[in-house]
This record gives sequence, C-alpha cells and structure tokens, in this order.
Amino acid sequence: MKTLLPPEFKIIRDEAKCIKCQVCVRQCGFEVHTYDEEEDVVLSNNAKCVACSRCVKFCPTSALNVIKNPLSYRENTNWRQEVIHDIIKQAETGGVILTGMGNDKPYPIYWDHLVLNASQVTNPPIDPLREPMELRTYLGSKPDQLVIKGKHVKTKIPPQVPIETPILFSAMSYGSISLNAQLALARAASEFGTLWNTGEGGLHKELYKYGSTTIVQVASGRFGVHPDYLYAARVLEIKIGQGAKPGIGGHLPGEKVSSPVSRTRMIPKGTDALSPAPHHDIYSIEDLAQLVYALKEATNYQKPVCVKIAAVHNSAAIASGIARAGADIIALDGLRGGTGAAPKIIRDNVGIPIELAIASVDTRLRQEGIRNRVSLIAAGGFRSSADVIKAIALGADAVYIATAALVAMGCHLCQKCYTGICNWGIATQDPYLSKRLNPDLATQRLINLLRGWSLEIKEMLGGMGINAIESLRGNRLHLRAVGLTQAEMDVLGVRQAGA
Amino acid sequence: MKQTVKVKPSTNEKIVVDAKGKDTKQLNEILRQLVAQGHTHIELKNVFGQRYIGTDLRKPVQIDIYGTPGNDLGSFIEGPRIVVHGNAQDGCGNTMNDGKIVIHGHAGDITGFAMRGGKIFVRDDVGYRVAIHMKEYKGKKPVLVIGGTAQDFLGEYIAGGILIVLGLTLKRDEKHRANFIGTGMHGGVIYLRGNVAPHQLGKEVSILKLTKEDLRELRAYVEEFASHFHFDSEEIMREKFIKLLPLTLRPYGKLYAY
Ligand code: SF4
Ligand code: SF4
Repeated sequence: MKTLLPPEFKIIRDEAKCIKCQVCVRQCGFEVHTYDEEEDVVLSNNAKCVACSRCVKFCPTSALNVIKNPLSYRENTNWRQEVIHDIIKQAETGGVILTGMGNDKPYPIYWDHLVLNASQVTNPPIDPLREPMELRTYLGSKPDQLVIKGKHVKTKIPPQVPIETPILFSAMSYGSISLNAQLALARAASEFGTLWNTGEGGLHKELYKYGSTTIVQVASGRFGVHPDYLYAARVLEIKIGQGAKPGIGGHLPGEKVSSPVSRTRMIPKGTDALSPAPHHDIYSIEDLAQLVYALKEATNYQKPVCVKIAAVHNSAAIASGIARAGADIIALDGLRGGTGAAPKIIRDNVGIPIELAIASVDTRLRQEGIRNRVSLIAAGGFRSSADVIKAIALGADAVYIATAALVAMGCHLCQKCYTGICNWGIATQDPYLSKRLNPDLATQRLINLLRGWSLEIKEMLGGMGINAIESLRGNRLHLRAVGLTQAEMDVLGVRQAGA
Repeated sequence: MKQTVKVKPSTNEKIVVDAKGKDTKQLNEILRQLVAQGHTHIELKNVFGQRYIGTDLRKPVQIDIYGTPGNDLGSFIEGPRIVVHGNAQDGCGNTMNDGKIVIHGHAGDITGFAMRGGKIFVRDDVGYRVAIHMKEYKGKKPVLVIGGTAQDFLGEYIAGGILIVLGLTLKRDEKHRANFIGTGMHGGVIYLRGNVAPHQLGKEVSILKLTKEDLRELRAYVEEFASHFHFDSEEIMREKFIKLLPLTLRPYGKLYAY
C-alpha cells in the first residue's frame, strides 16, 4: 500500500558547507542519509527522519539542520495534523500506535503555576555557601513513636536507606535501554549517594557490584526475579503500574530480546517478554500485602519494600491501602511519566498529573495518621530542581527522574525508543549504536546533573530560611498558586499568591 | 520477637517443630535458624496457615509439613524439598527457582505462578490461574504435575516449562474444569490427559499428538508423580494425552503500528 503519510521533518543540508564526509550517513541508524558515489552527493530521505538531532550535532561543518515539515493542511483545531496522521497510520496498518517517552500533550503543568517563598527581613535567609545544608533523606517506614531508655532507642526501626539528595533514578529496564546506559546510572548513583532502579528486566551480572545502590523491580512478568537478585538489592520495588501506561502490561518485542537481554531476563532469546497487566497473585490490597511480606520474608526483613503505582483517580485511597499493606515506600508515577514503549492513546489519555496526586496522597495519609509509615517518591516528568523542591513542599520525600537523566546522557526526546534504534546509544541493544554511549562520560554527565540540581535546591532552601530538606516536606505554606482555579488550589492545598 | 531454638548436636536426624501458636514470622525465623545450624530434615507439626514456609532457605533441606500451610508456600525457593501431608493453599511455589514441592492433597489458586525451575507435584486438584507465566531459561525448566483437574485460566501466558494435568479425579467422560487453557501461551508445553472440549482452550494454542520423545519425557514425570503418591504409572500412561503448544512464540507481534 502506498503510504499517504508525509514526512514529519525535513532535512536542510547546506550544500556550500557539506564536505561529503558521510558522518551523517554513518550516524543515522534510521538510514536517512545516503551517499551516491556516482554523483558524489549526500542525499536524505525525509520520510525516515525522527528529529533526533544526531546528524545535526555531529556534522563537522554544521551543514545540517532538521526542521518540522512546513506542509500545511487547512487549519483546524479539532482535526490537527497529528490526528490526521494517526488515522492514516492506522488505516494503513490496523494496529495500535506505539510511542516512547512521556505524554507530550498540552495538559496543565502545575509546577509552572506554583511559586516558592523566600525570606525577607523577618526571617533571615541562610547562605548555603557558608552554612551546612542538609539534603540527606531517609527512605523507609518510620515508627509511630520512639521509646528511649537511657541512651538507647528501644524501638525497632524498620530498614532505612539514606540518599544524599532527594533525587533517584527511576526504573528503566535492561532491554529497554542499553547496558552502557544502565551502567552509567548505576555508577552515578553509587558515586553521588543515591539509588538507581533496574526496571523489570532483571539485573545484569556486571551490575551486581552496584547492588547497595540498586532498587530491583518485581513486576507482573517476574523477569529475572530470583533469590540472588533480591538479596543483591538495597530496596525491592513491586511494580504495579507506570505513569506512561497505567492499567496495562508491558511488552518487550522479541527482536529486542538479544542473548544478553535473554540471560538477564532469564527467558529464551527472541521470545516476546510479556508482562501481564495485573500481577496474577494480586487482585486486592490483601494480596498486595501478601507479596510485600513474601519479599520481606525472602530477604529476612532487611530491605524496604516499595510499591510503585501510576497516579490515577483513586490514588489517595490506594496509597492508604498500600501503606496498610506493609509497604515502606510508595512510588507515584504521574501522567507525564516516560516509557520505552507504550500505546500512544494510553500514554496521552490515562492517569492524572503528578502534582495533584502528590498533594492528595500526602493529605490522605496525614488525615489517617499514617504518613510516617511510608516514604513517598514522586515521578513523572520532573524537569528541574524547581519541580523537585516544589514536589517536596507538596508532600513528597524524594523524586524519581528518568527522562531528565536520559537527556543528560544525550537523549533528544525523539520518542522512538520502541523501535530499538536509538542514535544516541541509549534505547537500543544494537552493539553498533550502544557503544556510542561512553559510560564514563555518561556517568559524569549524570553526576553533574545531580550536583547542579542539588546546589540549586540548597540555594532555594536557604532562600526560604530552611537548612534541611526535612523541614520543607509537606510544608505547603512555602508554595503559592498563580493562575489556578479554586478547585485546583483546594486539591493542591495551596493558597493564591498575594492573598 | 526473637525465637531461639535449642538443638541436639546431631543435625542429620529429623528435628520436629511444633508450629502451634507461632505466627508466620516466628515460624520462618525458626526455620532460618535451624538451617543455619545445619539441620537438613525438619518436620513441622500443627501448621495452621503460616505463610511463605521455606522461602529463604537456600539449601536442599527437606521439610515435612503436617497440617495446612498458608499462602505462598515455598515462594522464591531455591533448593528446599517440601512435602505437605495434606492440602496447600494459594500461591504455592510462587516464582520458585529450584527445589521440589510435593502435595498429598489439593492446592489452591495460582499454584506455580511464574515458577522458573524446580518441580511441583499435586496429588489432587488445583484452583484458578495455575501455572500462569511459568517460564524457562537454559538449564532451568520448571515442571508442574497435577493429578486431578484445574479451574479456569490454567497455563495462561505460559512462557516455558512443562505443565502436566492427569485428570485422575475426573469421572469417566467428565471434562476438565478449566476454560481458557493456555490463553496467551508463548512458550513451554502442556500435556493433558482426559477430556477437554475445544472451546476450553485458549486461542493461542495448537493441539498436537505426542511424539515418541514427548512420551519419553512425559513418562519420566508421570513415574515420578506416581512414586510420590503410590499410583500405577502404567495405568496412567495407558490413556490418551494431548499436547498443547503455542501457535507462535510471539502471539501479540502484529498488534502494533510502527
Ligand atoms: S555530516 Fe555534514 S558535512 Fe558530512 S556529509 Fe553529512 S551533511 Fe555533509
Ligand atoms: S532514548 Fe533515544 S530513541 Fe528514546 S527518545 Fe531519547 S534519543 Fe530518542
């Protein structure tokens, strides 16, 4: 069938600058650029371009640029170009449209409608360059009370995991991203004193040495889950849902199950890795409690157990159930959370923004007097240290970042992770592509990002006259709303700016 | 509460533990300590619903259970051999990696869920969603043999291993209970003895005759089953079996528009 889909992007090559070095030809895994020897000319096939910018950034003479295809249809707010193109795609294939990364639709981003406070005159700001600032956060369940006899704490404290900054790397499985990418995450987390997360693809044997800074996932497919894996980890995470695709399972296509991926997932090479939508041993909060304690028993109560859910309408009630089911940590993943592959219709339409979910979960757990029983990790599209600090003021203990971490490593958000071709060497298992990601450099870039954000958080904290992140948690008086409705402010528990 | 156990010097002998009045955590802690002290054969009496029995004992110890163990018996195990002299509840052998579980009675829902290695033998019937997402990898090939019949969703999403259902508790001409057998199957094999109607099978399975090699493989497991429960393996093998295989290793490969 002849495709009626026009190219999304257009390559502009400045022929005056092009020296025909063919760097672009070699760099593009989508085979956009070709060299015609007879004519001695470099050609491009616009239809294959995904706008990942790899060629633009590697062209030695800056001869290339990629622009949006200026093709216009008659203007129509309802029948936008993307809508028309999706229908064409489905008319040609009859399939579910896949995509990668997070929701890109213009839902309100509440972070951009929340502003932070700063001290003036009456309560002096603190200078983080001169005075100690505490970002260390302890993840884990806190007891209801402490019994102290003499110099000793008598209460048995559940396992606590300290992190040096309230930022962790979110789950990205080996299979969805390359080993080099996971290695960089693991090393950066170890060096900076935070945690990274294996996702549901098992733990590659080369990464066992980073176990003490590793969160391992137990998802519905139970891929790579065995006693050594559980023992190696610092935290165990039961994955119930994910912000990019709440309510549906995962599906790593057989093409991506290479020998090393099959070894780590412990499934035969080339078979589809299907993660069912539910855990078939969890149909209720009681069943969840059973798995929480199964993991605790299997590791002799030495590791906190986290339960990760997508932020949905009833998150607050579900979170209360999770806390009561014995989890030590709850991870909430919002509407803008990323993914290696998800049906586009789900990514763009299911779930709620993380800002609202943090506020309602924190409020509910406080009302029920059980907020201390769990740490709350928020996830889903955190772009900057400002988003992080606002999330903590709303009630989160820490945040998970994934997309931002990938961007730090080189990702340009082309959303093609599901194809297995990633020109930046991240979301791919192709050895030619994945060796582009130098793990040493990627580690350094991740550490730099964590350092930059942490310094900024300290500056903002100091400005508010606070010297420990603990004192900001759930302190919504440090936030004010601009341009929100009363209903939104009520859910967020935040007052109008200026009022 | 920390429980300490006094032990006799010799650890080869069977040690008997009375589980009466002990909760899940206490009982498992006792097991951990006994195994750490070198015990290799433990008998639990008066078991009454305690969960996860045997879970993190990573040694080939033998555990005999009298009474009724609770959910997730032997979850994640790697090594122990557990014999239940009675019925088991739900989640028996959940995500088990190695070892053996023998049940002289019935087992509940999701028996053998996501198991990747080891063997489970159930003398009588099992509940719903049994053997869901069983899988295999290289040398690891789980085996689950059910003497009786199973409820719906048997072997759903099965990705590897061997599931054998003998139908010994069915009356002549009575059909197996399960519907949706092998829905989403994308690996492994199911051997079924006894009657099943085509509508009871999932869309993703194909029905095949057993080859000589299949029969040899099957016979070995049936003999092992029969030896545990004192059945006549020859008699079991005399009746017809069908073999279910996935139609494709990628049942959902054509679902997407790229
Ligand atoms: S990389 Fe730049 S200079 Fe080299 S062939 Fe491509 S467009 Fe020309
Ligand atoms: S990880 Fe790679 S494929 Fe995915 S969006 Fe980033 S650059 Fe594109």
